[in-house]
Amino acid sequence: MTAATPDVGLSGLDSSPTETRWARFVRRFRRQRAAVAALTFIVVVTFCAVFAPWVAPQDPIEQDLSSSLAGPSWEHWLGADRLGRDVLSRLIFGARFSLLAAVQAVLVATVLGVPVGVLAGLARGWVDSAASTIADAVLSIPAIVLALAIIGVLQPNLTNAMIAIGIVYAPRLFRVVRSAAISVREETYIDAARASGVGTLTIARSHVIPNVLSPLVVQVSLALGFAVLAEAGVSFLGLGVQPPDASWGVMLGQSTAELEDHPILVLVPGAAIMLAVLAFNVLGDGLNDSLGREIRRE
Amino acid sequence: MLRLVARRLLRVIPLLLLVTLIAFGLLNLVPGDPAVQIAGEFATAEQIEAVRTDLGLDQPWLARYGSWLGSAVQGDLGESLFSGVPVRTQIWDRLPATVSLIGWALMLSALIGIPAGTVAGWREGSAIDRFLTVGTTIGVAIPVFVSALVLALLVGLKLGWLPATGYVGITESPWEWARRLILPSIALAFTGAAEIARQTRAGVIEVKKQDFVRAARANGLTTWQVLGKHTLKNAMIPVVTVVGLQIGRLFGLSVLVEQIFNIPGLGSRLITAVFENDIPFIQGTVLMLGTVIILVNAAIDISYGYFNPRVRES
Repeated sequence: MTAATPDVGLSGLDSSPTETRWARFVRRFRRQRAAVAALTFIVVVTFCAVFAPWVAPQDPIEQDLSSSLAGPSWEHWLGADRLGRDVLSRLIFGARFSLLAAVQAVLVATVLGVPVGVLAGLARGWVDSAASTIADAVLSIPAIVLALAIIGVLQPNLTNAMIAIGIVYAPRLFRVVRSAAISVREETYIDAARASGVGTLTIARSHVIPNVLSPLVVQVSLALGFAVLAEAGVSFLGLGVQPPDASWGVMLGQSTAELEDHPILVLVPGAAIMLAVLAFNVLGDGLNDSLGREIRRE
Repeated sequence: MLRLVARRLLRVIPLLLLVTLIAFGLLNLVPGDPAVQIAGEFATAEQIEAVRTDLGLDQPWLARYGSWLGSAVQGDLGESLFSGVPVRTQIWDRLPATVSLIGWALMLSALIGIPAGTVAGWREGSAIDRFLTVGTTIGVAIPVFVSALVLALLVGLKLGWLPATGYVGITESPWEWARRLILPSIALAFTGAAEIARQTRAGVIEVKKQDFVRAARANGLTTWQVLGKHTLKNAMIPVVTVVGLQIGRLFGLSVLVEQIFNIPGLGSRLITAVFENDIPFIQGTVLMLGTVIILVNAAIDISYGYFNPRVRES
């Protein structure tokens, strides 16, 4: 696109031909205020999670029974739970578990879903139909039920829970990558590469994967939202993060008994989960709208 | 039409087989020796052996799969490891509560989602459309356990309008049955309604640009006639698929809702099974739900062909 294009009639176009893909993406993304806000929120939460020991005002697992169930005060901005632990500090440390868990799950899903998706999209034939049928079969089992089943067979802990959620999400990534790979496959430059004797694996690496990246980035953002939600659900049930560690889901699960008299203990982690899921979803939508035609076509 | 049914059913077979393989294969995920794991830490060597023969773990897996599948097809899903009660009986006992919950939730999702999506799509870009779009974005992100807890807190505990928890069978008291299912099904319906509204909106926007809609308008039909007879009827086709997909998702989310509202359904039983490592029950549930959802989706696809003759040809 860097070739000298006559400057005539381009003024009405949305982008100049010399703009790099990245610059175009940044310009289009910045126009979407909701997505920018979502990204900012995610960056702030991630920062708090990474630097939790310095950001959090208190030790998240240190008990202080004298301030049991204390309401919000200068000492405890968001109050304290039944064991007198500072809710704000637990929330900040909880972000660590929730985000780390989500990243783990999405990594598992990516490793399982993406290579198979690229391969199925390129290879067609029985490889494609076999992989697609497997994906359909996994998708026909409700995500939470399958995740719980896998956790029930393994041992209930965070890593197993995230493996389970990753397995459950893999077919969704597979589908997106596969359909992106199929649309790339039809391009003439792939035919040209094939005709000049380039092997399937090389085509996958140098042509398909770069073109699959855009829809994948969108899906990864949505997948992170799903994983945050799933981790919270599983930990809420006591099948994920194990106490004394606390993710947002654990905080919520532990305070259901306090719902009537101290609803803040339920509402605070609940709001954190909701905002995080919302942020990843909005970010995903924003990325989708700013990442060029590859995705729009879907 | 017959060919469509046959083709669709043919596609169901490998899916069903794979679901049985997934359900069966769960046992192979057990770390270490499944017999030792399942028998528990205080089991004697004889007990472990008994579990081994019981589950057929001493045979090659294909033989095990064959006999497991053979019994499953006849409705025998084995017995729970601890209680010894047949899995089928347990699922059957728990199903009414879950099905009632999902039925209510599905109805509510459609009752809220379809009108909301129609209005948003018909008045695309208007204030009400933007309001509904923000609403559905948030609706999708609300974790079902948060909406469930907030509803139980506000309506159940603070206002005291409805019982916060518990379940009564429809045969015992239809009135109490309905009353107790209102809050849990509203909690479940949030996400479903948002999804259905999004799909309906997209469908309406797509259809209202078509020539036949413009022709209907030009012919002087009222807005309601154009909307109801020409637009919605066609916009509903993808929505039906989404409703079908919701069934599976609602089954999954009902696990959490049943736990919070203390409903003795399949989901809360599944959680117990997960804590108890009750593998036959877990396998049975996965198999049953997977099969039901595959069949429901196949039925929806076939109904597509019935309502839309163009699908039959493709």
